[in-house]
Amino acid sequence: MLSKRRLLSFAAGVALVAGASFGAAPASAQQTLRWAFQGNLNTLDPYGINETTTLGLQGNVYEGLTKRGKDLKIIPGLAERWEVLDNGLRWRFYLRKGVKFHNGNDFNADDVVFSAQRVVANNSQLTSRLSGGPEFVKVDDFTVDVKLKSPNPILHYAWDTWYIMDKEWTEANNAQIPPAPQATTPGFATINANGTGPFRITEHQLGVRTVFEKNANWWGKPEHNLDRVIFTPITSAPTRVAALLSGEVDVIDPVPLQDVPRINASANARVLEGPEVRTIYLSFDQMRPELTASSVKGKNPFKDVRVRKAFYQAIDIEAIRRQVMRGAAVPAASLISPLFFPQIDQIKRHPFDLAAANRLMDEAGYPRTGPDNIRFEVDLDCPNDRYVNDGPICQAVTAMLARIGVKINLQAVPRAAFFAKVNSPIYNTPFYLLGWTPGTGDAHNVLIDLMHTRTADGSGGRGQFNNGGFSNARVDALTAQVLVEIDTAKRDAMILEAFTILHNEVGYIPLHQQALAWGVAKSVELTQRADNQPLFYWVQKK
Amino acid sequence: MLAFILRRIGQAILVLLTVALISFSLFRFVGDPTQQMVSQDTTLEERLQIRKNLGLDDPVIVQFGRFVGKAARFDFGLSYQTRQPVATLIGDRFPATMELAFASALFALFAGIPMGVYAGLKPQSLLARLFQTVSLIGISLPTFLIGILLIFVFSVSFGLLPSFGRQGTVNLGFWTTSFLTLEGWRSLILPAVTLGLFQMTLIMRLVRSEMMEVLRTDYIKFAKARGLKPRAVNYGHALKNTLIPVITITGLQLGSIIAFAIITETVFQWPGMGLMFLQAVQTVDIPIMSAYLLLVASLFVLINLIVDLLYVVVDPRIRISGRAA
Repeated sequence: MLSKRRLLSFAAGVALVAGASFGAAPASAQQTLRWAFQGNLNTLDPYGINETTTLGLQGNVYEGLTKRGKDLKIIPGLAERWEVLDNGLRWRFYLRKGVKFHNGNDFNADDVVFSAQRVVANNSQLTSRLSGGPEFVKVDDFTVDVKLKSPNPILHYAWDTWYIMDKEWTEANNAQIPPAPQATTPGFATINANGTGPFRITEHQLGVRTVFEKNANWWGKPEHNLDRVIFTPITSAPTRVAALLSGEVDVIDPVPLQDVPRINASANARVLEGPEVRTIYLSFDQMRPELTASSVKGKNPFKDVRVRKAFYQAIDIEAIRRQVMRGAAVPAASLISPLFFPQIDQIKRHPFDLAAANRLMDEAGYPRTGPDNIRFEVDLDCPNDRYVNDGPICQAVTAMLARIGVKINLQAVPRAAFFAKVNSPIYNTPFYLLGWTPGTGDAHNVLIDLMHTRTADGSGGRGQFNNGGFSNARVDALTAQVLVEIDTAKRDAMILEAFTILHNEVGYIPLHQQALAWGVAKSVELTQRADNQPLFYWVQKK
Repeated sequence: MLAFILRRIGQAILVLLTVALISFSLFRFVGDPTQQMVSQDTTLEERLQIRKNLGLDDPVIVQFGRFVGKAARFDFGLSYQTRQPVATLIGDRFPATMELAFASALFALFAGIPMGVYAGLKPQSLLARLFQTVSLIGISLPTFLIGILLIFVFSVSFGLLPSFGRQGTVNLGFWTTSFLTLEGWRSLILPAVTLGLFQMTLIMRLVRSEMMEVLRTDYIKFAKARGLKPRAVNYGHALKNTLIPVITITGLQLGSIIAFAIITETVFQWPGMGLMFLQAVQTVDIPIMSAYLLLVASLFVLINLIVDLLYVVVDPRIRISGRAA
């Protein structure tokens, strides 16, 4: 009884804004875009979570010193230009003048220096944006120097999602640091926003809807014709599709692959598909002396490159692309998308060849035995709600490996349980499926997180997501050199060498880059960038 | 009576403690919440620190004691995902779920009882057979399928009703309601029908069989023999006596309507507690999960208590035997 009464008073304390009716076509001539996504916008704090959609939505409101164009090229943002001085040890950023935050405050160098402190403060989830501890020095109101301990050619690569916050606003609202996970008071910046971007947030009902209004005072020249954007989470995929088909929303992200033909056949919507930058791959435990869940005892079959290559060659990637992904995938030969590192197309996949795979298994000393005529059994750990058709991919892999006499015990579980099992510090998996997007958009991120030798529990900041424990001394050395090499041609050659070693050693089985699929009303023209960020500022609605 | 209520409250506390304990032990198997809170770039050291700060490394019994102590003071902490107070979040979502449950229960009653009465009075008629067939569908089809079917018929094909969301709400300060606008009712219809269909079927079948039973009893025969009008016999005497079990069932089912709302709310993106709970499960947001489970358990206990009390009021025989014991 008490609890119920108490809850009513809580409801009383938090007055929701009375929602204006929406769903039908807008009555006025104002252009309203209605965008539905499968997940919630959980935080407006730009350093609250490092996740593509959240950062993308925030990127309509906040801006970084740099931006990325439609083709992901780095372009000036709040910094008009920059130059590299002192042999790469000092970078000078010239800030854009006359820019105002949504509350009317001026943007200047103090805000940049402050944001540089806040993004590496305790509880910030974006500390990696300023890795290596660069020092920010205000030269004058519109010039900032960044001093480095060692040269870093990719210093600004991920700064398009390092958003600049207003120092005065943040301090006035006591939000100088992002709220801690164990905090007892909610953070102001978590549910309020004050950026410089082309849209400002006028209403934010957590998990229900967020309203973005056009910022009439934006410094740039708008490439959109919207007055308002209503963002709604719709969790259930069939409902999302229905809302698009019935014209209640204009954009849905993502579209389930099986619904693509139906949407394309409809009168008022179509599907926009494009390659995404995330790479889906399989990998094996190459570190433990004995696998955690396998019939092979006393040794680890995946330490033998022939077994790894046999697994690779037993997988019919074309069948996965055609049948499981319904064509919406680009087979990958390595762990980075060619959109980020074009030279990677020099590496070609090991061909699908069952006879060769069986021969390799025989040579490695795992003959078919027993009444079932199998070589050995091993678990495959797989998420079933993380990537596009992740569960079905693993089922296909299970069937394909059966043809070389390997019995896979498939463990497909929801992502929360999956990540707890497969990731650091326990790495409790013999064979697993994962996906990776380099957060910086640069190959070095893949080298240091996925390919560098790791410690047993993944501590030390290197190879933390090298869950299988692939280890190669030359790759480790190249990783260190790539970090500080300023000459682009030399750097690219080193990166390619590292990926070639990985390919020859079969440290991973890359599968594909999955495709993005957005459902878009025919009245809407938009740009779908390969990093899958929902960006409103390139949308035209008729 | 007072002793009865006190005894039930004592039992309720035991039930709640058990629910809390069971859910707490389950949380150990849903995964590691820190994995959902941090980014892929977060170092292992930072992850371990967050776990420590959240108290996730303490023994389960210590965590449980801490939780019960805080829950007793209605302090459920901050959501891991949104960093907002759980009590506020649930308070925001509470009206949506309650209105949905209320509307479904009304739908079930006002559609189920007349259908049941008709089917009981004229079991051989064509319409009664049709009701029986419809009720079979209501019982056998899962909720999410019914919801999706309704969406595709009424939203996509005919464009009559909205397919998702709770629109046209009016904020009364302490409560947001969709009962005051046309838009609000329009968006309530499909989810309420989806959620209430199973209960409607149940009530219809119950009323039908009770009616057929009562119509065979002696006092109905005597009433007919006295020359009372069929309307007086059917509605004044027969229907009244069938309603006692209907009250019980409806009351008890109200609890399951609130609990089953999880699926309906997900299908229709209805911003209630159930949808929030489901998302919390996916992201291992333990504070929301535990507070929701406790709240639903309290609602169940409360409803049961009210039904027990009503039952005593409605049926004198129970009161008498209760005293004798």
